[in-house]
Parts: sequence; C-alpha cells; structure tokens
Amino acid sequence: MNDRLLSSTVDEAVSSRLSGLLTEDTRPGYSGYLVAPENLLEAVQILRDELGFDYLSSVTGVDYLEEDRLETVYHFYRSTGGSGLVLKSSCSRENGRIPSLTPIYPGAEFQEREAWDLLGIRFEGHPDLRRILMWEGFDGHPLRKDWREPYFEEEAKPFKSRWPDGKAVRSEEKTPFGDNVCFPPDFDPQTWQAEPETVIERLQQDEKPLADEEIQTDRIVVNLGPQHPSTHGVFRMTVMLDGETIVSLKPVMGYLHRNHEKIAERNTFLQNMPFTDRLDYLASMSNNFGYAIAVEKLMGVTPPERAEYIRVIMAELTRISSHIMTTGFLLNDLGAFFTPALYALEERELILDIFEMVSGSRMMCNYFRFGGVVRDIPEDVLGRIRQLVTDRLPRKIDELDSYLTNNEIVKTRCQGVGVLTDVQAIAYSAAGPILRASGVPYDVRRADPYSIYDRFDFDVAVQTHGDVYDRYLVRLQEMRESLKILRQALRDIPGGPVLAGKPQYQVRVPAGEAYGRVEGPKGELGFYVVSNGKPNPYRYHVRAPSFINLTSLETMCMHQKVADAVVVLGSVDIILGEVDR
Amino acid sequence: MNPSPESIQNQDYQIPVELRQQVTITTLDRIYNWGRRNSMWPMMFGLACCAIEMICTAASRYDFSRFGMEVMRASPRQADVMIVSGTVTKKMVPQIVRLYNQMGEPKYVIAMGACASGGGPFKEGYNVVSGIDKFVPVDVYIPGCPPTPQALLNGLITLQKKVDHETIKSARWYRSDPVPEIPVPILGPDLIDVRRIEAIRQTIQTLADEAGNRPQEGEA
Ligand code: SF4
Repeated sequence: MNDRLLSSTVDEAVSSRLSGLLTEDTRPGYSGYLVAPENLLEAVQILRDELGFDYLSSVTGVDYLEEDRLETVYHFYRSTGGSGLVLKSSCSRENGRIPSLTPIYPGAEFQEREAWDLLGIRFEGHPDLRRILMWEGFDGHPLRKDWREPYFEEEAKPFKSRWPDGKAVRSEEKTPFGDNVCFPPDFDPQTWQAEPETVIERLQQDEKPLADEEIQTDRIVVNLGPQHPSTHGVFRMTVMLDGETIVSLKPVMGYLHRNHEKIAERNTFLQNMPFTDRLDYLASMSNNFGYAIAVEKLMGVTPPERAEYIRVIMAELTRISSHIMTTGFLLNDLGAFFTPALYALEERELILDIFEMVSGSRMMCNYFRFGGVVRDIPEDVLGRIRQLVTDRLPRKIDELDSYLTNNEIVKTRCQGVGVLTDVQAIAYSAAGPILRASGVPYDVRRADPYSIYDRFDFDVAVQTHGDVYDRYLVRLQEMRESLKILRQALRDIPGGPVLAGKPQYQVRVPAGEAYGRVEGPKGELGFYVVSNGKPNPYRYHVRAPSFINLTSLETMCMHQKVADAVVVLGSVDIILGEVDR
Repeated sequence: MNPSPESIQNQDYQIPVELRQQVTITTLDRIYNWGRRNSMWPMMFGLACCAIEMICTAASRYDFSRFGMEVMRASPRQADVMIVSGTVTKKMVPQIVRLYNQMGEPKYVIAMGACASGGGPFKEGYNVVSGIDKFVPVDVYIPGCPPTPQALLNGLITLQKKVDHETIKSARWYRSDPVPEIPVPILGPDLIDVRRIEAIRQTIQTLADEAGNRPQEGEA
C-alpha cells in the first residue's frame, strides 16, 4: 500500500487517483461519490488495493421512484481506522443491473442478496443471487416505493384516519382477502405449483470434498432448524455431511423477517425508536444509540454532557449483559445444558433491574431521544450502578473466568474450532468480537470515535487465533474494559439537563443522508437514514452485525464436525431479530 | 390447587390425620387434571424477543418449575404446552402448524405477547401473521411487549385453572373420532391458508371482475 496515499486525506487521495472514475455527490445533504456501474469494479479495486479501504461495511440500496432509478450505496472503511468513504451507483428501476462486489469483497454476498430480495437490484456476477429474507416465489420486491403491503393504509404516519380523531378499524376488515395477504390477479390456487427449494442444489454445487478421502461415503443433508434448541431462535442451517464432517453449509434465514425497514419508512422518525429496541433484543440501548446518532447527524444537534454520559453508561451495561449471556449460552451449545446459562442470567437480571428503573421496561427500553435521553437517572440508581460496577460484576466476571478459561472441556471443544483468519475476517466484513478475535484491533469506539468515547481510557480487546475460544476471551476482556469505562463515566458524570431543546413528538429532519454507527455488542451496528425533509425517513436501513457476520459461517464451519457447527454458531452470537429484521 | 394430595380431597369424607399425605378420596376427573396441571411441560421453542423473557422465566429468579413447568422439551412429542413466544411470520407459520400437529394430545397453546396474540407492533408488515390464532387454537393470551416473567407465570397459572375445569368425559382426545390435523399453510406468491383456498379463488375472481367493469363505467 502506498503510504503517501494513506496519510493524505480521503478527498485528496480520491481526487488524485480516481478523478476519472468518480464524481462528487453534490446533492444537498449528501456526501461521497457517484460512480457509473461500468466503472464500479475498477474504482473499488483501486479503493481497496491502493487507498486502503479494505473493509466494506455496508451495502444497501435506495429506490428513487420519482427519478426512476435505484441507487446502491456502499460504505467503505479502513481496517486501520478513520472515517469512511461512501460510494453510490445507480441503475434504472426496470431491469437495472449493477456489478456485484463479491469478487473483491466476499462480505457483500448476503447484503447484495438482501438488496436483490427487498429492492430488486440485480447484481451481475453474484455467485448465488437468490432471495434471502423472503421465500422463493414471493411476489414483488417489498422495499420498492410503489410496492404496497396488504394492510397498506397511507404512505406515511400519522394516518389521517386515526389521528387526531382516532378511529380504529381492524385492518383485516379492509383487505379483500380478509387477512394480511394479497394475491396477483393471475394466481389460481388450484393449478399453482410451489417452486422447489433451491438450497439443496446450492449445497451440492458448493461442496468442498475432503482432501484425504480414502473411502467414498454418501453425502447426507441435515437440516438444523428453524426449530432447533441450539440455533438461538428461528435460524436454519442446512449442512451437507460426509460422515460427520461438514462439506457444505448454507444458512437459511428470514423466519423472523418482521419488515422493520418497510414499517420504519412509514413511521415518523421518533416512532422508529421503539422499533429499534426489537432489533437486537438483548441490547436495546445500543440500538437506540446507533439510530439516535444517525438522526442527530442529520438534524445537527448534540446532546448535553450529562446525556452523553448516561448514554455511555447504558451502552456499556448493555454490552456486559449481552456478552455475559453469550458466554453462558455458549456453554449450552457445548452441552452443559442450562446451568452455566443460569449464572449468566443471574447477572443479567441485575442489569435489567437498572434498565427498568431508568426506562420503565426490562428489555425494550426506548430510552434515547434525538438530542439526549428521555428522562434523567434517579440518584439512587446511580448508586446501584456504582455498587454493581465496582463490586458485584468484577467479582462475577472473575468467577466466570476461573470456571471457564482453563476448563479442560471448554479448551478442547473450542480451541482451533471455527477458525477465521484476519484476512478472511476483513474480507467477509465480519465485525465485533469475531473480527477482533481474528487479530484485527478494530473497534468503532476507538477507530472512529462517536459520542464521548474519545475521553475514556480503555483497551481494545484482541486475540490472534480467530477460533471459538478466542472469541470467548475477547468477550471476557471486553466486559472488563466496559467496567473500566463505566467506572470512569460514573466518576465524571456531570449534572445538568439530559435533552437538548424540549421534548418533541415530531422532529424536523432536514433533507440529506446520514450513516450512524456504533460498536454494539455484536459488532458494528450502522443506521443509514435518508430524509427528504418530510416527517418520515425516506429510506431507513440497518447494517445488522449479526446478519453480516453470518456471511463467513460457511468458511468457519467447513470441514468441522457437525456438532462443532453448533458451537461456532454460538460463538458468532446471532440474534434473530437483528439477522432478519 | 397446590401439588399436595390434600388439595383434591373430597371434603365429605374424613381421612385420619396421619394418612392425609398418603391417602385421598377424590373423583377421577380431579386426580386426572391434578396430575396434568402440575406437570405442564412447555416446548422449547422461541420465536423472537418474547422468547428471551420466557428463558428468564425458566431461570432461577422466576423459576416456573415451581408451578410444574419442570423442563422445557425440544421435541413436540414430549411437550404439553406450546408457548408461542414472539412474532409469527409467514415464512415460519408452516413450521409452527407442523409442530402443533406433531404434539401429542392433550395439548395447549399460549400466545405470549402482542405479536403472537394479534400481530403486535409489526402487524402491518408484509411478512407478519396477525396472531397465531389465525391458524392454531389458542388457550391463553398474554398481553405485553414483552410480557414480564410475572405475566407469563400468570398466564401459565391461568392455563392450569383451565385444565382444572376440564372433564375426562368430553375430552377431545378420548373421543373415538380422530382429532383432525390442521392443514399446513403453503408459501406461494403470498401465504396460502389451505382451508380458505376456495374463498381466495373467489376473491381473485371478484377483484378481476371489478377491475374489468371499472373502465366501462368510466366510459358511460
Ligand atoms: S410482543 Fe413485543 S417483545 Fe414480544 S415478540 Fe412481539 S415485538 Fe417482541
């Protein structure tokens, strides 16, 4: 890599090296560069190989119905840290095609499938462009602006039929089919044939046989899920086995696809806050954080000091509760059924009590607002947090450490299992503990600090082997670092207001786009929000870390035993609400 | 009714004090229901956020084993009650119906949370089923998003009360005619409820007719 280019600012580097390929995005409120589809691959190759943007954080699309085009949006970062680069490329809505980035960034695979599924952007050269969240044979691409769901009422909330007069009608009574369904006019249920599932074919195509195969054995296909005790929800893995060894694996998801993005584009900005709680439902405060940051960027407000501290305290408590739960449930996957998880849940309950005291709800906190938080922390709660942070949690984390870290069985089952190298981890856009366990010290709190994280003294947890055991170690260390941050935050928290301006139900968000990202417990959680000045977001996209971390699942599980696939999945730490959204 | 045998004792008969823990005189219905209600094993099956609260209810702080939900079973064959804990999506509902069909009688269903009861916050979504009761009969609905563990416990106790009032004579699983299975819905262009195929076909026909008539009306 060229040092001079790396040290210069992004804009200079881009203009000197890519001036012929890119044009600046000059729409008001927008940033980044536009590139023609035919130049995309060339430009991206230079970005990665010469300018060091080796981490493709997010791929998504926007449907600009009025301009009759679909626009793909890419967010690139450097795995060494720093701010990012946004690239956009557009194609027509009918039959538009965009070259796939999978040859350069394998981590684009699932994200491009999602953009195809929901927006109908065709990615040329994609190895496996199937629907991912909806099922094969579903009619239409739901995130297109002219696609309407069966319960469609109006383009945007608040619906005139319900506000301010408040008439409630059961949605079922308004649809011709009397239910949340809609069929195309040429559909005849009597003669219709279901499309066969293609996943088995894909398994056969992508099979990677064992090298030292002496005896030819028959392959068997095993389905784990969607109802399976170790898939952490309604996730499905189809695996092809040679004996007990995995030779091919395809995740199937979408069983919890709750149409978060479509609903969010009808909601007002503030109405989305409680919906973000339900993404990663073990870490609702972190989700609030990311969304608040994205919208605050657009609105140009900064929260008052006290609110920033409260936010950090809540986000770090969330991280501890999420990591401790993951660790407990990893043991579940190793076969130590439920007892270790009980230890984890005990500590989580104490943190949930705090959440309940500050926000009124144990899990779905809905606590952040644009420009602050909804209400102040009562003084006695701060005392409880202090007690937890200085006394109880450090003891319990040490206890966990002493039970597990040198445990024979944990070591044998976890070391060397599910390995992802640093190069692979970056290429697959892995994030969070997965990335750091593979030896890449990338933590958004440090690499691209948001809120007030630049004030705290903490280390980025990192390990080198990239196996299940190292992911466990990273989580353990991260809990300790979170405690460190918490102690500093509790020491320094000032008094004062907790919300900039007065509380509002309807916020004014100027037109433009913003990408807000935070380091959630599962990794980089990003929110891409496009506003056109109306009370509702025009486009709302979530860069879900657990979803993108699954892109590398097949690589991690390849040639491992099937029982280990369960452990690897446990170490990836997926939450289906976030995977499927 | 608590698990002790005294709770089902018929008060018309006197049992000597020293035998009260071992001997009881009661009706067949009562002892049958007493056995079932105190060993309601839920199926280990979580759909969404509500499942996390279900796990918390199973864990040490709330501990639903105290009420007889001793263990969760991953196999539908070994479970008595299916707690539908979360958003039911169209993609998932065929599996849920299949699991329900695979459960052995007597079986019960609890709809936990707003989503399972009626669609909840995500009701308007294109992939969301407006409540599991569109497909599977529900015994107890628990409001909340998510319901707290206390609310889930209350729901389970409500189910036990329901069991107390059942009688062996009219139990559907002892009738000679087989209990019909619920047809598994199919994923087509949208979710197809097999029981309503004829209605769907007619509605499509009506819509097509209306669409065909409309331009002519305009001309006239
Ligand atoms: S009712 Fe609420 S908490 Fe429960 S699954 Fe639905 S959204 Fe999640």
